[in-house]
Amino acid sequence: MSSLSLRISSSVAANARSESDHRLRLLSSSSPTVATSPALHFCGLRTEALKLGAKSNRWKVVSAAVAPQDGSASDEFDYDLVIIGAGVGGHGAALHAVEKGWKTAIIEGDVVGGTCVNRGCVPSKALLAVSGRMRELQDEHHMKAFGLQVAAAGYDRQGVADHANNLASKIRSNLTNSLKGLGVDILEGVGTILGPQKVKYGKVGSSGNVITAKDIIIATGSVPFVPKGVEVDGKTVITSDQALKLEFVPDWIAIVGSGYIGLEFSDVYTALGSEVTFVEALDQLMPGFDPEIGKLAQRVLINPRKIDYYTGVFASKITPAKDGKPVMIDLIDAKTKEPKDTLEVDAALIATGRAPFTKGLGLENIRVETQCGFVPVDEHMQVIDADGKLVPHLYCIGDANGKMMLAHAASAQGISVVEQISGKDNVLNHLSIPAACFTHPEISMVGLTEPQAREKAEKEGFEVSVAKTSFKANTKALAENEGEGLAKLIYRRDNGEILGVHIFGLHAADLIHEASNAIALGTCIQDIKFAVHAHPTLSEVLDELFKSAKVGRTGSLGPEMKSSPILHWLKSTSLVQVWHLLLSKFST
Amino acid sequence: MSQLLHLGTSFVPSSSTALRRNPTSSPAIHISGNKRTTIQAKIREIFMPALSSTMTEGKIVSWVKSEGDKLSKGESVVVVESDKADMDVETFYDGYLAAIMVEEGGVAAVGSAIALLAETEDEIAEARSKANTSPSSSSPSPAAAAAPEKAVGAPEKAAPVKAAATVTVAKMASSAHPASEGGKRIVASPYAKKLAKELNVDLGNVIGSGPMGRIVAKDVEAAAAAGVSVAAEDPKPSPSSAPVKVPASTGIELGTVVPFTTMQGAVSRNMVDSLTVPTFRVGYTISTDALDALYKKIKSKGVTMTALLAKATALALVKHPVVNSSCRDGKSFTYNSSINIAVAVAIDGGLITPVLQDADKVDIYSLSRKWKELVDKARAKQLQPHEYNTGTFTLSNLGMFGVDRFDAILPPGTGAIMAVGASEPTVVATKDGRIGMKNQMQVNVTADHRVIYGADLASFLQTLAKIIEDPKDLTF
Repeated sequence: MSSLSLRISSSVAANARSESDHRLRLLSSSSPTVATSPALHFCGLRTEALKLGAKSNRWKVVSAAVAPQDGSASDEFDYDLVIIGAGVGGHGAALHAVEKGWKTAIIEGDVVGGTCVNRGCVPSKALLAVSGRMRELQDEHHMKAFGLQVAAAGYDRQGVADHANNLASKIRSNLTNSLKGLGVDILEGVGTILGPQKVKYGKVGSSGNVITAKDIIIATGSVPFVPKGVEVDGKTVITSDQALKLEFVPDWIAIVGSGYIGLEFSDVYTALGSEVTFVEALDQLMPGFDPEIGKLAQRVLINPRKIDYYTGVFASKITPAKDGKPVMIDLIDAKTKEPKDTLEVDAALIATGRAPFTKGLGLENIRVETQCGFVPVDEHMQVIDADGKLVPHLYCIGDANGKMMLAHAASAQGISVVEQISGKDNVLNHLSIPAACFTHPEISMVGLTEPQAREKAEKEGFEVSVAKTSFKANTKALAENEGEGLAKLIYRRDNGEILGVHIFGLHAADLIHEASNAIALGTCIQDIKFAVHAHPTLSEVLDELFKSAKVGRTGSLGPEMKSSPILHWLKSTSLVQVWHLLLSKFST
Repeated sequence: MSQLLHLGTSFVPSSSTALRRNPTSSPAIHISGNKRTTIQAKIREIFMPALSSTMTEGKIVSWVKSEGDKLSKGESVVVVESDKADMDVETFYDGYLAAIMVEEGGVAAVGSAIALLAETEDEIAEARSKANTSPSSSSPSPAAAAAPEKAVGAPEKAAPVKAAATVTVAKMASSAHPASEGGKRIVASPYAKKLAKELNVDLGNVIGSGPMGRIVAKDVEAAAAAGVSVAAEDPKPSPSSAPVKVPASTGIELGTVVPFTTMQGAVSRNMVDSLTVPTFRVGYTISTDALDALYKKIKSKGVTMTALLAKATALALVKHPVVNSSCRDGKSFTYNSSINIAVAVAIDGGLITPVLQDADKVDIYSLSRKWKELVDKARAKQLQPHEYNTGTFTLSNLGMFGVDRFDAILPPGTGAIMAVGASEPTVVATKDGRIGMKNQMQVNVTADHRVIYGADLASFLQTLAKIIEDPKDLTF
């Protein structure tokens, strides 16, 4: 389903800008009457709906036109497209290639589904589903507020682990079946590029089978990055690969790295009764998040929990537990490299990021040099060789190119490549790709952080504005007793372009898509603020957010507005009332 | 996220929904401010505000104003980070920010001074010298002593005790941590560290019981509890004073600020009002053997000890009307027409004084029935005003707890109150030179000396003792 919606949005994206420009012009030409003439808005929305309808019709026509070619690769090559790696990226690309009517093969040396399905997003969501419930059941105050009485909540570790494992198997078989069902050949073994348009696959060391393909996509993904000095034994010093199997729940676990992975695992482990110590090399926890969101997240996800942390330190040496001694972690100052402390814990989880998995790909055969293991690519994901030239018919998507190490980014890149190969110029807008961290509550984001936006604004000379709404004002969130949360919109004041949206709160990961779709489609705030949201839903957090943004020249507020917030409030409420009145008129 | 808070007297937010305490009913702060102004005219302390009900300390994120800046009311002065959020804090007072006592990044306990506000420019220098001489306000203990929340009671009072605990625990701890390379380092789990900070326990003195000698949460809790019980030991070691479990086993969340209930508010007002009355106390020891015997005899008829005491008191008051009088305006006093004995009863969340009206006239059996009815009503919080505020003399009995003597505060509007202790077998020398055993109880009357003098009380008590020691009149 997700690939389907992405496909539509990317096909629309090409023309989106001209459409929205058109609509803008339409609105602005009649702007003096906008407030009093909702009919125009309804026209606008309706035409948009019609346009979208037309678009998808057109799309169907296109696929019908190419359908007869189905399954018949050109005589020169064994396949139209060979994808190395059957993770989420390869899967997305394969599905889209099949839609184009291409003969497609996918080479997988391990298990279908890759990191995400087997050792990443999928099983971790199973564990987080458990941790969320545990957390809720253990929160007496929360339960009491509902009037619920729950006897001591407990868990069966094996049962939890089985849930994660079963989910991974289920999604893996779904993925495999969808590939098979669509006629994609799944070739087992390690894929190696022998030369242009030529790939060998088979067990390592065996002679293997050589196939040719018109185009090749590298989608080999990544593996957990383990810094030097760290000895991973898979039992007491582990990476996410082992942690997801949940073979034991340590009393005290150190998590090295406080990014998405570390944060999610801290949520799981603390809910299951562990105490956690974060070791973060940078000066603050949760680097990479918008600072304001990070700060709030720290207040909710770190400070009240059984978690402490060391920032600005490297774990220079980690020794697994043995001979009755605990796991030893030597900490050194990240800047001065002086020894700072030694931790003795029951387990250590290495969550310092992920390293590309590109060894044995045979890149040397086509004169491609990796950069820190990553395959260099251009904006179309086409591979660049050592001389800086594009390698024809060779692309690399997903974690292996390091542009954005997210499963859905890989899939989007794969679809973009297929579009590109089929002759449609397609550049994926990475700023429209959302990201989420599935803690309780969740964190999600799309686009730029506030500092990034301000930097960009300085360079390009526009004014950045920030709007914020709280979950405390949302009926649904309050009904769930989950009022803790913040949504933050970073936008261009002059034209209403959305630069970034960051959400911390209940179901933030599901809420971000309204914003990411708006960015992908180039929808401006002044348009999206008129979209209607069901009441009462969490989506109204974003509704409020867009409505609270002020687009237009600075100081456009009248002096009387500035001086009197009450007047402002009165005006806004009366506007809302007028709007509701008109809405009800039109809906009847 | 940043919310604006208006400030009351000093820096007490008045418009925060998170804050349950209404600043206008926060006398401690007023007192503190008043005191300040009497000593040091027009220099106000700016306090760390309580921005949420769970906030115990706040961090200064940034000072919006700097020293010497002119402040007009409504302006943001400082951004404070609480356990929940960053909030801009504004002032209701015009003046000059004279001295910042807690720098940015510093932490201060709720209620401690973080800056001084001078009303005029001339006073800035004076305020600054003051800021320099006053003890570092970021240290919580002196601040806590002056904290407005002092009145809240147990949770806050526990703090100094816990501080003492840190010292006392030291004696019992050995420094051997198997997990810490022979005691070189302290190995404590993250939660243990958090708890230690909260409970003010020095981890260096805690023996770890976790894996490989690591200090875990329960060790810290045990150390804190041990500290508290050791500290509590000096007044009177008692076998029943089991180690106080600090993480509230009683369901009380320690460290919270609890607003007064209506009843507590009323009691508080009355207690403060009582300070305007000059009182004195007279005690007396009364033998109760005869009363006990009588009680035993008529107990089966539903007579209660409280009713007997009330009856005895009422009969004594008949002979000493001045003790049953009351002075309200300080210029005259009233001989009350009826003898209404109010008896203090502890009920859930406070104290109430149901009144036995005309206790001198009503017979003991009716009085006992009436008493039972009143107590039931009090427990159900259904007492009518005339049933609890028409007392002319008050009885307070803590004898059932084994209290042998205490002293009571005179309720405003009455002339006297009698504190009754437990009747206990006592070895006494009798007048004929022998030593015998008698049940004795001590009573202690607090009275308004504007109208009731020592001799009045003394003769009243003598009469009362006679009645109790020869109680035949109680049953007519």
